[in-house]
Amino acid sequence: MTLLIKGGRIVDPASGRDEVGDVFISDGRISDKKEKADQTIDAKGLVVAPGLIDLSARLREPGYEYKATLESEMDAAVAGGVTSLACPPDTDPPLDEPGLVDMLRRRAKALARARVYPIGALTVKLAGERLTEMSELAEAGCVAFSQANVPIADTQVLWRALQYAATFGFPVWLRVEDRWLAGDGVAHDGEVATRLGLAGIPAFAETIALGTALQLVRATGTRVHFCRLSTAAGVELIRAAKKEGLPVSCDVGIHHVHLSELDLGYYDSHCRLEPPLRSQRDREALAAGLADGTVDCAVSDHTPVDENQKQLPFAEAEPGATGLELLLPLILKWGVQRKLPLAKTLARVTCDAARVLGVQSGRIEPGARADLVLFDPQQTWRVVPAALKSQGKNTPFLGYELAGRVRTTIVAGSVVYQQA
Amino acid sequence: MPANPQLNANGELQHLLSIEGLPREILTQILDTAESFAGVTEREVKKVPLMRGKSVFNLFFEASTRTRTTFEIAAKRLSADVINLNVSVSSQTKGESLLDTVANLSAMQADVFVVRHASSGAPYLIARHVKPHEHVINAGDGRHAHPTQGLLDLYTIRHYKKDFSRLTVAIVGDVLHSRVARSLIHGLTTLGVPEVRVIGPQTLMPAGVEALGVRVFHDMRAGLKDCDVVVMLRLQNERMNGPLLPSAQEFFKNYGLTADKLALAKPDAIVMHPGPMNRGVEIDSPVADGPHSVILPQVTFGIAVRMAVMSIVAGN
Repeated sequence: MTLLIKGGRIVDPASGRDEVGDVFISDGRISDKKEKADQTIDAKGLVVAPGLIDLSARLREPGYEYKATLESEMDAAVAGGVTSLACPPDTDPPLDEPGLVDMLRRRAKALARARVYPIGALTVKLAGERLTEMSELAEAGCVAFSQANVPIADTQVLWRALQYAATFGFPVWLRVEDRWLAGDGVAHDGEVATRLGLAGIPAFAETIALGTALQLVRATGTRVHFCRLSTAAGVELIRAAKKEGLPVSCDVGIHHVHLSELDLGYYDSHCRLEPPLRSQRDREALAAGLADGTVDCAVSDHTPVDENQKQLPFAEAEPGATGLELLLPLILKWGVQRKLPLAKTLARVTCDAARVLGVQSGRIEPGARADLVLFDPQQTWRVVPAALKSQGKNTPFLGYELAGRVRTTIVAGSVVYQQA
Repeated sequence: MPANPQLNANGELQHLLSIEGLPREILTQILDTAESFAGVTEREVKKVPLMRGKSVFNLFFEASTRTRTTFEIAAKRLSADVINLNVSVSSQTKGESLLDTVANLSAMQADVFVVRHASSGAPYLIARHVKPHEHVINAGDGRHAHPTQGLLDLYTIRHYKKDFSRLTVAIVGDVLHSRVARSLIHGLTTLGVPEVRVIGPQTLMPAGVEALGVRVFHDMRAGLKDCDVVVMLRLQNERMNGPLLPSAQEFFKNYGLTADKLALAKPDAIVMHPGPMNRGVEIDSPVADGPHSVILPQVTFGIAVRMAVMSIVAGN
């Protein structure tokens, strides 16, 4: 089976290549041969880029099928141009047993859409007490271990978990937040939370936990990826840690690049996110850190929530936003705002994410996996529930007009999505 | 930021959700209307027919006797029909959602919902989902707002001090958890009070409270100096011993209002308290019952103010 993508603007973030040309695909891989193809796609006027790699997308299976199903969310992924995604372990039950991971991978594979990389639970039931069987989980397909949004409170356990993971070279992904300082907070501890009467989460809930984790990285040598940074001070700590040569990387949720506490407005529960939206200064530091590479990648942090759980007073609403179909337009919006070349903009959701994930994707070169997205960067569309394939319609961007619409998504050389 | 959800297309009061964001003219209109009702409560027949045939639903998701009663009296004096629903012990325990409860009551032809809820912002959610002819009055939501209490405090201050433009007002105690403090601060700054102070320990001050337009004092004596109005806040029992405060006794020592501390305020200063009081915790009995105290008149004014709010929203 061969496929020719003809006359598109080829953007390969890994090499910086940005030119009009053809891409030839043979046996699921990009080839430098020039043969007659079985199928030809006219990509004139479209950008041809590596498919997006999203380091955090909740598919809600197993356990939360009423919020979303694997089918609906895999449709959403490819409609958003996402060809690989990592899913956090906070399913029900959590991904703490090889059988669950194996089943998830089989189900995902049978759907034949995006590639799914499960992140295993670091502790049993994410309870922060007993280590999971990491070797078994890795054999079942886990590429890293994490606590999702449930930080380990006991630093003895965190230390041992990092040591154990380091023994086998497993990366650990942590979203850092001091559980006691976060308390029952639901918003950034600042002027907006004070006005709205919402319990606050201070910025130092993140930096204190991050400081602790960095000390443990120094002690154990574990490769740690820090998820969803939300503060300017957190970005600074990572910058210093990288300068020091610690084996760390980090990401930011795409919402936090564009929104701040001010977007809560009159209690918009779509802005109830974890971590909370912080000050404009924090948002600016995250957007700047993503541009200068201190922040390695941007993720959708896709979390479908059913409408009933959002139609509640702010503090009671379930946190999270749908994001798989918004990642591309929102990263493009960020790139335009920071006046970045398209290749650099896309790097944060393609080759840089591939590096963190440790997979051979995210580039366009002979021999590479033919995971590609074809999109029109100028085409605008309105974010309305009907425009989203995800079962979760919960997004702070409802009603926004965004630029960047996916036309075709290709995984392993096969077209898995074609815009109607 | 979306349009102010409290105002209708003509800029009139559709719902009363918070004092924040209300123009001075509306606050003054409410206070003036309340003044015209003050006489009603002293008449032999304490009723006016302004809301005859209208239904007021008291929808209390959080227990309260005092506030609910004053709303009930106010509605009855306006000749409205009043239905009291203590939702915290009915539908919610059966798992019915907030909006389903409201939709059901709306089907029973409500005109005004008076809502109290433990979650900040709950009345905004309700206001977004009621029909155009229905009105929502916030009777206290979480730590956010208690606008009718704020208005009755403003009414009391105006009654005794006449002119807002020369006053120094101190609000003392647990500002962090207080919806009363937030509503009063917004009201005072909107009506042009030049100096609003908040007094309390750091543990009971919300982050960035200065941005509301107040001066923060941790030393009560310094904070009370030359004040015209002293507003004491209630300290909830569950906050008296723990990470925020060591004990009620120590709180009283530092922030309880005694005659001795009150002497630092102006000689004609008034002392207010939203009730219910903790005597010996935030206020000493001789002060609570003394000549500066206007705590009981506050309660009386509260009825006229709630009549004003209900009649204004129902008429818009």
